[in-house]
Amino acid sequence: MNWQLPLMLAQTDSSRLEELRERTEAISMQGTTVPDSSLVREGTSNPFATEYWFPTQASSFAGEVDFLYMAVFWISLIFFVAIVGSMVYFCVKYRRKDGVIAPEPSSSHNTAIEILWSVLPSIILVWIFYVGAETWFEMRIPKENAEEIQVTAKQFGWLFTYEDGDQTNELHLVRDKPVRLIMQSEDVLHSFFVAAFRQKMDIVPGRYTYAYFEPIKDGVYRLSCNEYCGTGHSKMKTACIVHTSEEDRKNNTKWIEAEKTPFENGQRIYQIHCSGCHKVDGQPATGPALNLIWGKNERMIDGTTELVDEDYVLDSIWYPEKHIVEGYGPVSKMNSFKGILDQKDVDYVIAYLKELKDQSGDAK
Amino acid sequence: MVDASTRQKLFGTPETNFLNCSKGWKSWAFTLDHKRIGIMYLIGVTVALFLAGVFALVLRSHLFTFDSKMLSDDMYNQMFTLHGAVMVFSFIIPSIPAALGNIVLPMMLGAKDVAFPRMNLASFYLWIIGTGCLLAAILSGKGLDTGWTFYTPYSIDTNTGVIYATFGAFILGFSSIFTGLNFLVTVNTMRAKNQGWFKLPLFVWSLYATAIIQVLATPVLGITLLMLIAEKTLHIGIFDPKYGGDPVLFQHFFWFYSHPAVYIMILPAMGVISELISVYSQKRIFGYSFIAFSSVAIALLGFLVWGHHMFTSGQSLVVTLIFSAITFTVAIPSAVKVFNWLATLYKGSILLNTPMCYALSFIFLFGIGGLTGLFLGALSTDIHLHDTYFVVAHFHFVMVGGTLTALLGGVFHWWPKIWGRMYNDFLGRVGCFLVFSGFNLTFFPQFVMGSRGMPRRYASYDPEFQIFHQLSTVGAFVLGLGILLSFVVLVYSALRGPRCSSNPFRAASLEWQSSSPPDFHNFIHTPVLTDPYDFESQVYDEELDTYIPREFANPAKVAPRKEPVHN
Repeated sequence: MNWQLPLMLAQTDSSRLEELRERTEAISMQGTTVPDSSLVREGTSNPFATEYWFPTQASSFAGEVDFLYMAVFWISLIFFVAIVGSMVYFCVKYRRKDGVIAPEPSSSHNTAIEILWSVLPSIILVWIFYVGAETWFEMRIPKENAEEIQVTAKQFGWLFTYEDGDQTNELHLVRDKPVRLIMQSEDVLHSFFVAAFRQKMDIVPGRYTYAYFEPIKDGVYRLSCNEYCGTGHSKMKTACIVHTSEEDRKNNTKWIEAEKTPFENGQRIYQIHCSGCHKVDGQPATGPALNLIWGKNERMIDGTTELVDEDYVLDSIWYPEKHIVEGYGPVSKMNSFKGILDQKDVDYVIAYLKELKDQSGDAK
Repeated sequence: MVDASTRQKLFGTPETNFLNCSKGWKSWAFTLDHKRIGIMYLIGVTVALFLAGVFALVLRSHLFTFDSKMLSDDMYNQMFTLHGAVMVFSFIIPSIPAALGNIVLPMMLGAKDVAFPRMNLASFYLWIIGTGCLLAAILSGKGLDTGWTFYTPYSIDTNTGVIYATFGAFILGFSSIFTGLNFLVTVNTMRAKNQGWFKLPLFVWSLYATAIIQVLATPVLGITLLMLIAEKTLHIGIFDPKYGGDPVLFQHFFWFYSHPAVYIMILPAMGVISELISVYSQKRIFGYSFIAFSSVAIALLGFLVWGHHMFTSGQSLVVTLIFSAITFTVAIPSAVKVFNWLATLYKGSILLNTPMCYALSFIFLFGIGGLTGLFLGALSTDIHLHDTYFVVAHFHFVMVGGTLTALLGGVFHWWPKIWGRMYNDFLGRVGCFLVFSGFNLTFFPQFVMGSRGMPRRYASYDPEFQIFHQLSTVGAFVLGLGILLSFVVLVYSALRGPRCSSNPFRAASLEWQSSSPPDFHNFIHTPVLTDPYDFESQVYDEELDTYIPREFANPAKVAPRKEPVHN
């Protein structure tokens, strides 16, 4: 997925690098870092300011969430200062001195004050609960005009499918357009989290879950998996880009196969379908790395060797259990892509693998 | 009136005590003495603490830079899993009840032992076997990478040693049930004559409330973990959608135990603090019945709030709303305890020795831990903060700032009773200062990170968080140093410390009427039933240089209000 782009960029020549950078625009990344516009804050050194504790308020309800947070912050601070203040004061004033250990006589029970300090906090707690629940209804009950985007999470990447059928690995939204994410997982638990939206929802295999919000500020925000999902959990992050107009977004999400080179089409297929398990930096992951694989004699678990050619690639995509490379057994962890990728798509993948091999060769 | 030689015999330093009454490893391995079992538990949980503490320091070292290559992602995942699993199941849950409670509880009742001594020993061996199974996950070379929560379906998919670890936790559950059941029966049937429920020390109340949770909630965890093993091996279709199961169901089962388990961790700590605050203020605990009933209230309400771990899990909206509402009710009894401790300090005679410093640290740290719980109980803010470093900081403030601090305070308080030797109070306080400051430095920055959106369980992170992670890492090492220093102070004291008397702190609960170290049968004489918070009942005896119950004192020598300081 997208955080692997820089690794690929490192292996491509400079003209292609420019081209790729253009396509990915704002989401071009360094390392695994997404440049996050929510980090642009003012007065960050004052710990009593909302901006100190929170990223930019980029959704319609972010302000309300922050309001409750800061309200509880101040309530807690007052209670905490009162508790610790009186504790320290008592410890200084009543510390044992002059060899007298018998304390001043004082009451050890006072029903009135005990009821008071049980009831008073209760009233505050009811208020906190009420405000929290009120905002939460807003966060959970979508507006009727919300657009629907399908989210598919898998180890360790994201796929977003828009109403017009476009698919991307990063989430593209339009400012002031409420959105309802319909989320599903292909494997284990994941969780959708964009701090700038203050929105989070687990993605549970075997059912759909929903997340709703209305982006009110354009920019690039970090989108991360927030529920531990295995080895690459901390790499399962991408960008969420809020555009100012529908047109802007379309320019970023549309993909016209005929206008692209086979390499680009192959690269896109790789990013959407393969990059969760196969790396292109030579490192083994759930499956073997793909950058040097073309034309190689791969050793199988049964000890035989197979030449990676067109037929091998087709078999591996359609019938993954047919060739299992040594070290990745005993059974294939890959699902068949027959019916998902047709033979033309496999052509693109082959073009992509060939060029990856060439570039890696050039680099040496 | 009792003559001086009898007093010497009853309260002086005895020649034989539970430590030297029998020798050889068998006399320990097969002992039925609650005090020896308590000491073995104390050693056991200390080993677990050090092991899991080392895992924590490895984690923190790795996180020192945002793109650290010290650990691979897999190693990192294994480290935080083992840190959590060993800390929770092998250290915190048994720490105060099974180690300190075992030693102190029967003596507080004036009893010779717990109700079922063999079951008590069995509990300890189950602890060893359970911890062994947990660690077998490492020794088998597979490791464990599910997080201590074993969430499905990842725990079913992964090839790591989930079966070893869950089986270990299953056995540790029995160990916990044995302790709890023992305490319930002991408190119900073995109290001293005329010792009514409201004459019990509050530590006993809190252990009783804890025992209720241990006995009622732990079986649910046991069944859940067995079902997880069954799902993993037989694919019966309970928790994994691949076979027709439901992962959210696992979370319900898991938290039905693991939320009450939070109170297994914190209630005994609160009991310890009630004792320390009262003894070192030399003042009757304020609002005894409010504190006593708040323990029971916390234990019962603790069963009704498990769903607040699952606000974002996909559980129904109505259920989420109800869980949030009930969660806030737990705040009240916790707050009541804190207010009562403060009122106890008021006009007390406060001695700032090592145990008291830990007790005061507890109020500070638990205060933060409790108040930050409000952010997480409220629905809108929890959605943002859930599974971020804010949560990590919150529960460490409760579990480490609460339970570990209280454990150390309690150990320092009862240490002279156990070994008959005093510790170096200055070094003890230095240790407490290091623990307190190191702890705050470790976990306070995590509140900032969490609010800004740093998810937990991330092996690498965005560079803007680096400064907070670095503060946190430095703090973790200071905290480790503090614990190490306290450990050295305690061990040195047990072996070489100056001899101390039976009741150096003028405490009034029954365990201080035994000699130090106590006799094998705890009391040489039948203890005089005193109110545990009536410190006037203890008068200073010059010949023994200690405090003894008024009934045993020489009335001619009792000076009721002007007494020398002794600690």
